[in-house]
Parts: sequence; structure tokens; C-alpha cells
Amino acid sequence: MARQVTHDDYRDEDLRRILQGTRTVAMVGASANWKRPSAFVMKYLQSKGFRVLPINPKLAAEGTPVLGEQAWPSLAEAPGPYEMVDVFRNSEAAAGVVDEAIALMGEKGIRYVWMQLGVRNDEAARRAEAAGLEVVMNRCPKIEWSRLHLELAWSGVNTGIVSARRPRLVVGS
Amino acid sequence: MSGDVSGRRGPRREEDADGSAKDAGGAAQGGGYGFETRSVHAGTQPDPLTGARQTPIYQNTSYVFHDADHAASLFNLQTYGFIYSRLTNPTVAALEERIANLEGGRGGTCCASGHAAQMMLFTALMEPGDRFVASQRLYGGSITQFGKTFKKFDWHVDFVDTNDPDAVAAAIGERTRAIFVESLANPEGTVSDLERLARLAADAGIPLVVDNTLATPYLCRPIEWGADLVVHSTTKFLSGNGTSLGGCVVDSGRFDWGAVPGRYRSLAEPEPAYHGITFWESFGDLAFTMWAHAVGLRDLGAAMAPMNAFQTLLGVETLPLRMQRQCENARALALHLAEHPQVQRVSYPGVDATAPVQTELAARYLPIGAGAVFTFELRGGYDACVRAVERCNLFSHLANVGDTRSLILHPASTTHRQLSEEQQRAAGAGPETVRLSVGIETLEDLVADLDQALHGAEGVGG
Repeated sequence: MARQVTHDDYRDEDLRRILQGTRTVAMVGASANWKRPSAFVMKYLQSKGFRVLPINPKLAAEGTPVLGEQAWPSLAEAPGPYEMVDVFRNSEAAAGVVDEAIALMGEKGIRYVWMQLGVRNDEAARRAEAAGLEVVMNRCPKIEWSRLHLELAWSGVNTGIVSARRPRLVVGS
Repeated sequence: MSGDVSGRRGPRREEDADGSAKDAGGAAQGGGYGFETRSVHAGTQPDPLTGARQTPIYQNTSYVFHDADHAASLFNLQTYGFIYSRLTNPTVAALEERIANLEGGRGGTCCASGHAAQMMLFTALMEPGDRFVASQRLYGGSITQFGKTFKKFDWHVDFVDTNDPDAVAAAIGERTRAIFVESLANPEGTVSDLERLARLAADAGIPLVVDNTLATPYLCRPIEWGADLVVHSTTKFLSGNGTSLGGCVVDSGRFDWGAVPGRYRSLAEPEPAYHGITFWESFGDLAFTMWAHAVGLRDLGAAMAPMNAFQTLLGVETLPLRMQRQCENARALALHLAEHPQVQRVSYPGVDATAPVQTELAARYLPIGAGAVFTFELRGGYDACVRAVERCNLFSHLANVGDTRSLILHPASTTHRQLSEEQQRAAGAGPETVRLSVGIETLEDLVADLDQALHGAEGVGG
């Protein structure tokens, strides 16, 4: 925790620990349109055993579920505990989400704030870290989970993982 | 984690503010290990199911779905996995990751041959009516593919001297979609000024594509100099033993395919065959690699065979050792030939005193060795070249490079014979030019073989 994170790069061991420490993800900006990147991520995380709570005021008002989960209007109204807040909003809007997460961290058991590819707000990250949250920015949990479990390599992607150890078989489909 | 992951040579390219948004950082680079370690290990952890240490050859066409939802997720590209080996195959994927890792790229896509890789690459970049700028000193087969067959798709190439920045800038027009060069050009060994070309490409908002076949990532890693895409014929030094055809496209993951709307439609506009998803939006810096498998290989069909991927993985394990030895042998032979009375010129960078710029470029981009393919010119012209080639005993007369065996070829009577003499000269393959690909044999044997061949070639009718 004392280690200074620059947010230009993350250690595999930290990403692995964060993903292993997460059972439930509150996804801010989830979409009911299955072709949106957020829906790809949600479905994938579900297939790997994560529970994902979609946060989307419009869908919550309509009562439209997303991939079998009820949509919630806000982080405050989503039922805890959830360890991770995954931000599918732009870098500017991420600040408000982060402040909400800080306010709710005790009540909801939030430990990690994860901002998606292309989303980065260093100022908000500093506030979150000062409050004791761990922050990942400009990354995707689907990509990182699949990279760390070598599934990403099935499409020819460079995982950057070099090891002669026998990997564990991956669960889920 | 970050460390000196991309090897010891060449600069690490610092990301600009824009590039960093789509860059996956050090994790995508090399895992912190040296080049030789990664040549053996990257992409090939032991098989999780059996523990098999050597990479299994998945000689297999198709893959069983868990259930209908799993199948749907795979076909929708929502999850990772195998459907059919024309798109992805575990053995081929291992090679793709290894090459991508060695090049410092985000992902790799292997194809049936180097030509198939180029076909797939340009299918991603081009629309009918589009153009690209290419070096006039390319492998003859590339000149033919680009200049003739590509026209059938209404794709057009402008061949220029790519080491003349004014000529490159002048050739870039409204419809230009890429700059294409070889890092170390076949057959003459011309070195491209990659950093300067990368700047020209960036200014024009188009990718720099580098064929790195002859240099291999051991000698030069174009992505570190700013290239956006790297293409290989893996048939050559990567496989190394002349057993297996193959090609590979490595994407750096850095190019912004969506910067100019409508320019790179395959990558940045909705793909009808995948329910209208947009690869650039859905996959970010993986967009090119995902597209290359899910659309490029699916529709062009030029997939690499799993056995060829396995043979090439074996080859890459020894790439650094072979390249060291082949570069040493090549340089020594070039120095020997430069002193030979029948030889009027040797093109090897650093040996050819008539090309000081090439010497400089080689020192910069190929500091540990200028490759193992070069040309020399015989005073006796076309006929003397043909005789010399036919008199060799150890040098195999064939049209390939990068084998452990030494190879000899007279381009004007073989690979470059479809070209006009003017084109041959522009490509560094005039009638008096002989090409060598130097192998790992005993240097003295190679010297003696060439000496006797040249001696016999001197006399008329030899």
C-alpha cells in the first residue's frame, strides 16, 4: 500500500491481487445494448465468476435488467458489499464517481476504483488513494483478467508474461 | 515490471499524451527478460492441462463449445477462445505471441506466408482507390504483389526512394494510407531511416509499416523507432531451417485508427459481419490484432498451418545464436569479396565505402550486425554471375534467404526477372548482381567455395 503508483504502468502482481480481491463489481455506465464495450466486459466478468451490478439511472428507472442483473440508479443505491467500482464514463465524469466511491467505501466495502481504457483522472485518483482506495486507470479488467490468465494470448496478443511454471487451468468459459 | 524489457539496443520510445491513452504499458512489452530468454520462452508457458514442456501441435480444425451461450459469446467476440483454426489455433497463437513479444508489439497475427501477411495487412488499411507509399528497393516479389496484383483491388502504390524524405513527403497524398519499407532491404542490404520515416508518417496521420524479415527483431526492432506495424516472412531467419512457409503482422497497438473519421474503415467503422461492432472502440489497442484474426484471416483464408507454427517456434528458440554467427560469417565474406579482383562492388553496410550514409544508418539501426544477406557485383556481368552461381558447391542455388545453409542467387535471372532492367537496378538487383544469404557453416569453407566459383566463372564458357 505504501508503494507509490505512477499509473503509467501497473505490476502484474498488483493487478492480480486486485482482481482476486474482487467478488462483486459495480459498473458505472453499464449498457443494455449488448454491442457496447461495457456489455462485453460485464458478460465476460460474469463468465469468470464475478457478480456485476450495473449502475445506470435510465435503465434503473425503466426497470430494464442488464445480463440478468437489476440496474441501479447510483452507487449509493446499489446493494453492497461490492469491492470494485468500474468506471465506464469519460475522464472528467470519473471525478464525480470517484468522490461517490470515497464517500461509500466504508458502507459498501469498496476497495478498488478501476477506470476503463482511455479513462484517466490523476487528481481524482490522488483523492481516492488518500482515502485508502487502490486505483487502476486506463485499463480494462476484462483485458487484464484474460491477459493474466493467458486467454488473451489465444488471439495472438502479447501478454508480456514469460514463465516456465505450469499455469493453473482457467475456470469459467 | 517496466525495467529494460525491450532489450538493450535502441531507445525506448516515450509515449506522448495521446498515445498513452491506448497503450497497455510495460505489461505488453516483454515481462522484464532479455531477448535471448524471450526467444525461448515467450508465448510458450507449459501446457496447463498436461504439463507438456514443448508446445503441443494442435493439428486440429475446430473446437467444441461448452453450450449455445458460449458459442454465441465466441461468435460475438465477447469472450476469448477457439472456434476454427482458420481464425485462431493454439500452436499458431503461441508463435504469434512470441514474435509480438520479441518485436515489442501488442499482438501478432500469423499467415500462410509473408505475402499472405502483406495481403491481410493491406486489406485492413485500404479501400478501393486508396494508395500507399513504398520503397522502390523492396524484395522483387513485394514489388510485383503491390504494383500488379493490388491493382485488381483498386489499391495503388507509389514507389519512391524512401530514404529521401522530400520524395516521401511529395508522394503522400489525400488517399495515402501507409508508408511501407523494409528495415534492411532485400537484396542489397539497404538500411531504412526508420525514425525519420516514422515522423513523416505521424505527420501525415498514417502508419509506418516495416518489413523486418531480413533484420529480425534480434538486430532491429522497428516499433522502438516509431513504426506502427511490422510484417515478417517467418519463412526466413525466424524459422531458420528452410522448412516452413509463414508470415506475421505485428501491431504496436499505438496507431489511432479513429483519428480521421472514414480513413481506416475496417478498424474504426462498424463491422457488419459482427453485428456492427467497431473494432477500435471495442478492443482499443487490440483492435488490429482482433480484426486480423476475426475478419482478415476469416475472409482471406490464408491461415498458417499449426505444424509450420511449431517448426517456426523451434527456429525462433535459436534465432539469437544463428543471427550472431550468420552476421559474423556474412561480414567476413563481404570483406573478402571486397578485395577480390573480379568483384566491382560489395553492398554490405559498413564494407561498401561508396555508401557512407548506409554505413551510418547501419551503425544506428543495426548496431550488433548488419544481417546475413547482401549482394556483390561481378565485373564479368550477367554471364559471369550465372556461371559463378552454377559453379558453387556449398552455396545452394535457390530463391530463399535466412536458412542455416548458405544460399546464392542471381536475381536478374530468377526472382527479379519479371522486372525491367531499370526496375532491377532501382531494386539493387541489376544484371551484374549476385545475392548471398550466408549460413552458419565454417567460414573458411564458404570462402573457398566462392573463390573457386569465381575463379571458374572468369573464363568464357567456364
